[in-house]
Amino acid sequence: MNAKADMSTDTRGGDLISAVSGQEVLLCRDGTLYSPALHLLVVSDLHLEKGTAGARQRRFLPPYDTRQTLMRLAGAISRFEPRMVICLGDSFHDGKGSGRLDETDRLHLVSLMAGRDWIWISGNHDPDAPGSLPGSTVHEISVGSLTFRHEPVIGTSPGEIAGHLHPGARIVRRGRSVRRPCFATDGERLIMPAFGAYTGSLNVLDSAFRGIFGGEGLVACMLGQDRVYVIPRTSLVSG
Amino acid sequence: MQAQTGDLLPQTFRDWFAERGWSPRAHQIDLLSRVGAGRSVLLIAPTGAGKTLAGFMPSLVDLASRPKPRPGEMARGVHTLYISPLKALAVDIQRNLERPIGEMGLPVSIENRTGDTPQHKRQRQKLAPPDIMLTTPEQLALLIASKDAGRFFSDLRRVILDELHSLVTSKRGHLLSLGLARLRTMRPGLQTIGLSATVAEPDGLRKWLVGQDQAGQMADIIQVVGGAKPEITILESEERVSWAGHSARYAIPEIYDAIRRHRTTLLFVNTRSQAELLFQELWRVNEDCLPIALHHGSLDAGQRRRVEKAMATNSLRAIVATSTLDLGIDWGDVDFVVHVGAPKGASRLAQRIGRSNHRMDEPSRAILVPANRFEVLECEAALEANYLGAQDTPPLGEGALDVLAQHVLGTACAAPFRGDELYDEVRSAAPYARLDRETFDRVVDFVATGGYALRAYERYARIRLTADGTWRISHPRVAQQYRLNVGTIIEAPMLNVRLTRQRGKGTVARGGPVLGKIEEGFLESLSPGETFLFSGKVLAFEGIRENECIVSSAPGRDAKVPYYAGGKFPLSTYLAEQVRAMVAEPARWRALPDQVTDWLRLQKEKSVLPGRSDLLVETFPRADRYYMVAYPFEGRLAHQTLGMLLTRRMERAGARPLGFVASEYALAVWSLRDLGRMFRTKEMSLSALFDQDMLGDDLEAWLDESYLLKRAFRNCALISGLIEKRHPGQEKTGRQVTVSSDLIYDVLRSHEPDHVLLQATRADAAAGLLDVRRLGEMLSRIKGRIVHKNLDRISPLAVPVMLEIGKERITGDADDALLAETADEIFSEATDR
Repeated sequence: MNAKADMSTDTRGGDLISAVSGQEVLLCRDGTLYSPALHLLVVSDLHLEKGTAGARQRRFLPPYDTRQTLMRLAGAISRFEPRMVICLGDSFHDGKGSGRLDETDRLHLVSLMAGRDWIWISGNHDPDAPGSLPGSTVHEISVGSLTFRHEPVIGTSPGEIAGHLHPGARIVRRGRSVRRPCFATDGERLIMPAFGAYTGSLNVLDSAFRGIFGGEGLVACMLGQDRVYVIPRTSLVSG
Repeated sequence: MQAQTGDLLPQTFRDWFAERGWSPRAHQIDLLSRVGAGRSVLLIAPTGAGKTLAGFMPSLVDLASRPKPRPGEMARGVHTLYISPLKALAVDIQRNLERPIGEMGLPVSIENRTGDTPQHKRQRQKLAPPDIMLTTPEQLALLIASKDAGRFFSDLRRVILDELHSLVTSKRGHLLSLGLARLRTMRPGLQTIGLSATVAEPDGLRKWLVGQDQAGQMADIIQVVGGAKPEITILESEERVSWAGHSARYAIPEIYDAIRRHRTTLLFVNTRSQAELLFQELWRVNEDCLPIALHHGSLDAGQRRRVEKAMATNSLRAIVATSTLDLGIDWGDVDFVVHVGAPKGASRLAQRIGRSNHRMDEPSRAILVPANRFEVLECEAALEANYLGAQDTPPLGEGALDVLAQHVLGTACAAPFRGDELYDEVRSAAPYARLDRETFDRVVDFVATGGYALRAYERYARIRLTADGTWRISHPRVAQQYRLNVGTIIEAPMLNVRLTRQRGKGTVARGGPVLGKIEEGFLESLSPGETFLFSGKVLAFEGIRENECIVSSAPGRDAKVPYYAGGKFPLSTYLAEQVRAMVAEPARWRALPDQVTDWLRLQKEKSVLPGRSDLLVETFPRADRYYMVAYPFEGRLAHQTLGMLLTRRMERAGARPLGFVASEYALAVWSLRDLGRMFRTKEMSLSALFDQDMLGDDLEAWLDESYLLKRAFRNCALISGLIEKRHPGQEKTGRQVTVSSDLIYDVLRSHEPDHVLLQATRADAAAGLLDVRRLGEMLSRIKGRIVHKNLDRISPLAVPVMLEIGKERITGDADDALLAETADEIFSEATDR
């Protein structure tokens, strides 16, 4: 309950000062999470090279999603200069994704990784370490009181930060429906929005989220253009 | 005349006419003779002039005199293709043609081929084609893209294009023009016959019908004038005509009375929501329980067929309809037409009036019911236009590039092509006559590999330039993909509306009838329990289950009216000018009802009347705001665009604008600073504010951010084949799996803003969604002719647009404001405690 009250009030430049299981974190409007105490930046579901993944089926989406995602990631990194970056899984859209990286993009990514600890958490789309890229690949990792893994596990202890589900939320107001990616949290655990340029979202009221959060405690921190909006469960609409 | 008839028309035909006491009409014989001389012809005639029979006569005469096939001779190909914009029209034409063919005993086979034709019949048609095939633009595209197209069309002599005026202005028309160009290459002597209602500039259609070269070839034209003048009046109501709104509720008793006095009345409205409303209101007063039915495009097809059947057997007294009944389909014995709301374009009015009394020599009878005071002016203008025979058609636009991409792929599916040859062929189609080679090559490149600067897709190209200099498809699967995505009609995603019995809270019974389809976007704006009007019933929204919208009956409750995308027609340029002229000249007010004349007289007294070619701008304070109202009379779309651009500029000039609202006739902007004073003290210049240069950088900057462009992009992406259509029955895959076109748009815009698909998108938005062309014409017209009137209070003319404030739909650009409202509301609740 306290966590909720905190979230409603404190923002910094549009970002939200929040807490997961007592650990202060910053929920940023670009969809990244930053822990000042741990000098740790977290992003989830980059889905790099999703655009080129359909090429074999002759679906030619503009192949610039990786470039776009890396540009946004570079923005977050230069803002916080974190000592550690955790990519919460599904960093590449498929196992062959890292091999399809355009040379410019690969060099850009490597330069972002330089000088900091970089953790690739394995996801269902990319169960193996990305070939030819530095960083360590693990299934899950705990830092301080927080545990980071790709898929949320129902009934685990507090402090879990996961991705995988691409949470999004919807409100209906004045005859309009507004749908945005969001952080989903009940103050004890948190699910990160997908960060990739071609990633969509799944409504937090969908059955896939069932059992993860404690009842009505769920809030959706929806990503707006200039700030993160805290919307309680009661104002959310399914679909 | 008689001798000519004798020469041209075989005995069988002359006998057939004579037995019925008819004689062939002059234009029918004229057409026969011109087509006989090898010409292509545009036939313009009013409804009921025997246009259809005229179009088919040359082919019937040809086919009647054709020697019987010898035994063992190869099956003949199609002789004549008939293309109509509506499936229903093709079915109707078949019925109408089979009678003369049967009665004359002509050896002519005639068949339909539409999306509804079963697969086995289509297969058979390919092996044994009919002499005359009735089809749609989409089916033609599919036929042309098949490998045996050359053989199938080897005997083709003629193409008849019905309702040409309505076909040519859309992307469907662009696709069709490219298909015709293909057919002309296959059959160099091919003739076209265009059938059209009266249009202002027939030369555009004449060019469209024939292959273009530098000389600007045109088809011949036969114009049938006359027909009896329709008897049209404007309802002179005893009641007070509303200031604003579109319901025409005031006139319901008078409309009902008219229904009672006629055999069958057809009631036309401009949108489906208006149809639902009018239907509801009529039944509220229907004390005699007259059979009054509803017909619009979203209703269940079975329901529509029942209404059409009932019309044909004259068992209905009135039908409330939208444009689904607009085109030349002729059913039943309609003796009276009521048009509720302004008819918008004069051509549209003529077409709709033509529905009543479907014989050319008797006058049609119709009444116009304006829904508000400005519409009184518009109806009056439309009426004069109809008497003068002046008709307008939207200008034929440049051919769309997304449509070209689809056609290029279709061409490759049929057979390998050479770039040079296809380029020449494409330019022979009138909409693409000005296409430059570089753009064409970029479109081909797009089809091959997406056309990106980053060469990521070369390995998987859809079409490939081979060693012999031809482009070929790389795999048969490419042709399959093409066939699934052919066509240019992109519908907003729709959900079935299923009526169930409510079983108390939360649980809703399964089953129940499907009432029709509604746009997903509208349903998303509803919360459970909210009510809306559909299929003539008040329904309560229960929820969305799988791909269906579940509703229950909620009789007697107030309904929120369904909103349908794209249901509004803009005021035509021609009518707008007539309305301006009428307002400006008090001498012409005699035709208007007293209450409207009083209103205009009051405007003249309190402010000033807008001049015919001036732009009147009024400023006045009201409550704690300052208002500026401009009267361009250019339609809501153009006004909305103008509003967006003006508020950007006013913001920069420090006027602190807060919002704006646009109507068909006027635009109102409100702000925190005294605008009248700013203009007077020259702190802000009116002429600079309305300068044409707003269509440069300001437009670009706003457009790129606008949700409108995303909407246009989605259509272009689907038509061009960048993303695939969702097919009925295909389950909706989760939102996290498919890449939405909005995301693609954002990525493409940041990394390759000059991509050919973005070029196509901007062209679309400028023409269709924003009416930039019209805005540009207006800004150039009013240059140096802005009349500013500073007032101390609202003027009479400003009342209607001011009443719209707060009623307008919020656009997608305001989404963040809604999020803020929701979040802050919770916050203030929290702090109050």
